[in-house]
Amino acid sequence: MKLSAKVREQISSVTLIASLFAAWEAACLIFNVSPIVLPRPSQIITTLVLQLPALWPHILQTLVTTMIGFGIGMVIGVLLGVMVGVSRAAYNAAYPLLVGFSSIPKVAVVPIFVLWFGSGTVPAILTAMTTCIFPIVVNVATGLATTEPEMEDVLKALGASRWQVLWNVGLPRTMPYFFASLKIAVTLAFVGTVLSETVAANRGIGTVMMMASASFDVPLAFAGLFALALLGILLYVVFALIEQRICGWANRKNEFAMA
Amino acid sequence: MNQQGAVAPSSSRNRIVQLEDVRVRFGADTDAFLALDRTSLTVEAGDFVAMVGPSGCGKSTILKLVAGLLRPSEGVVFVAGREIGAERIGIGMAFQNPTMLPWLSIRQNVMLPLKIVEPYSSTYRAHKNTLFRDRVEALLEKVGLGGFGDHRPWQLSGGMLQRANLCRALIHEPKLLMLDEPFGALDQFTREELWSILQDLWIDQRPTVFLVTHDLREAAFLANRILVMSSRPGRVTEDRKVDFARPRTIDTTYEKEFTDLTHGLRSLIVAAKQKEKVKS
Ligand SMILES: Nc1ncnc2c1ncn2[C@@H]1O[C@H](COP(=O)(O)OP(=O)(O)OP(=O)(O)O)[C@@H](O)[C@H]1O
Ligand SMILES: [Mg+2]
Repeated sequence: MKLSAKVREQISSVTLIASLFAAWEAACLIFNVSPIVLPRPSQIITTLVLQLPALWPHILQTLVTTMIGFGIGMVIGVLLGVMVGVSRAAYNAAYPLLVGFSSIPKVAVVPIFVLWFGSGTVPAILTAMTTCIFPIVVNVATGLATTEPEMEDVLKALGASRWQVLWNVGLPRTMPYFFASLKIAVTLAFVGTVLSETVAANRGIGTVMMMASASFDVPLAFAGLFALALLGILLYVVFALIEQRICGWANRKNEFAMA
Repeated sequence: MNQQGAVAPSSSRNRIVQLEDVRVRFGADTDAFLALDRTSLTVEAGDFVAMVGPSGCGKSTILKLVAGLLRPSEGVVFVAGREIGAERIGIGMAFQNPTMLPWLSIRQNVMLPLKIVEPYSSTYRAHKNTLFRDRVEALLEKVGLGGFGDHRPWQLSGGMLQRANLCRALIHEPKLLMLDEPFGALDQFTREELWSILQDLWIDQRPTVFLVTHDLREAAFLANRILVMSSRPGRVTEDRKVDFARPRTIDTTYEKEFTDLTHGLRSLIVAAKQKEKVKS
């Protein structure tokens, strides 16, 4: 019974998405919208498929740039998050800085990176990195801060060092928060990469879209958008799966209740 | 009232815990709040001390002082002959909230102190799947959790978690066991069952126990000595010996002497509360 409910849920969400695209297609046909303004989904997908060999290197470029920026951002984010979560002083100093930094639109940062490193992959990596750090830091710090005081008392009474408390309780407790933030951070890093590519790069989906819109190849621009969305979903799913693998205990409660 | 009463019985040899003129203040200088006032207290090794008193009178504060989680604002706290803070002796502790770590099995949860406290921690890797595992299994068996070692915390009921919590506090056979309302959230029957289990474990291992509780029957059933506290500022106003023969059974709690004791304690606490009301 329960399983069929789950399947039904999935079927209904797929139908909903499909009907959305169908409505888009129908609207374009009925109102006779020119493909230069808004192409039909079928046209976009055809373009995407036909242009895939040409698009492929750009997709790869964007993916690699994103992953490098995300990887560096993750390491820095975790380190900062642990610092902020563990030490009161670091929290007080770092939090306003982080909030300030995260409220700067990243478009404003790209020119500076280009100024420093020239246009190309490096500013894209840096933009990806800076866009994705904030949620990681916040989540890691939150995870550490939510350790039950009783648990900490139990360990300290045993004579545990701060490091032992962190290792045995703080970090494992933080894992679900950390992985939840990775899902978001990886999509943000992706956005950062494309942003930088549209401004200053000669490879990547962002560049393709810039050139497509400059030459009024609207279907290609939309094909780029679709590729971006698909990649975004792909990255999200990958990290959601990793999360489920590693932090099953955080969700297991509900699973058991339902089983 | 008679703090002397608390100090008097200590013949120097066996004292494991000693508080001398301890005061604890919370808050900044201007609006500092005196939570514990000039408390002196000596506890002999192997004793079972229960602390009762109105809410907010500083019972948990005393536990934290002894466990080294809190420094006194004035006075000194000695544990096992040393001033607390420098070196800990691996104090076992359990609260009302069992705080089992959800990513570990019950066995791993109970084993956690062995990972931290010497002499176990240095051989933890070598023994965790053999010696220590058997030890945990044996203890789980004693509290009625035999066969639940591989379960995850969320698969256990509140009462079962509290049993596991007791095991975690006792697995390393601590000299000192601090219990802060450990059975507060349990139903009457489970609670009484756990009293007997705790009594058995205490008779086995003979740790020095500090038990904070709001249940006067619990205090009278388990303790050798009951401290009654008054609040604002907290101080020990009464120090009762409890001499019922061991092992005590639930039937003991229906004997006249027992009910007289709990009745007496009750009126003391009510009086303390009244005084507090008059003051404020
Ligand atoms: N960290 C703290 N900061 C400020 N005040 C505190 C702190 N801890 C305890 N207090 C205050 O000290 C007093 C004693 O607290 P304590 O927790 O020892 O009470 P208690 O006797 O354990 O109460 P209960 O029976 O309700 O658990 C209370 O009035 C409380 O408000
Ligand atoms: Mg308390």
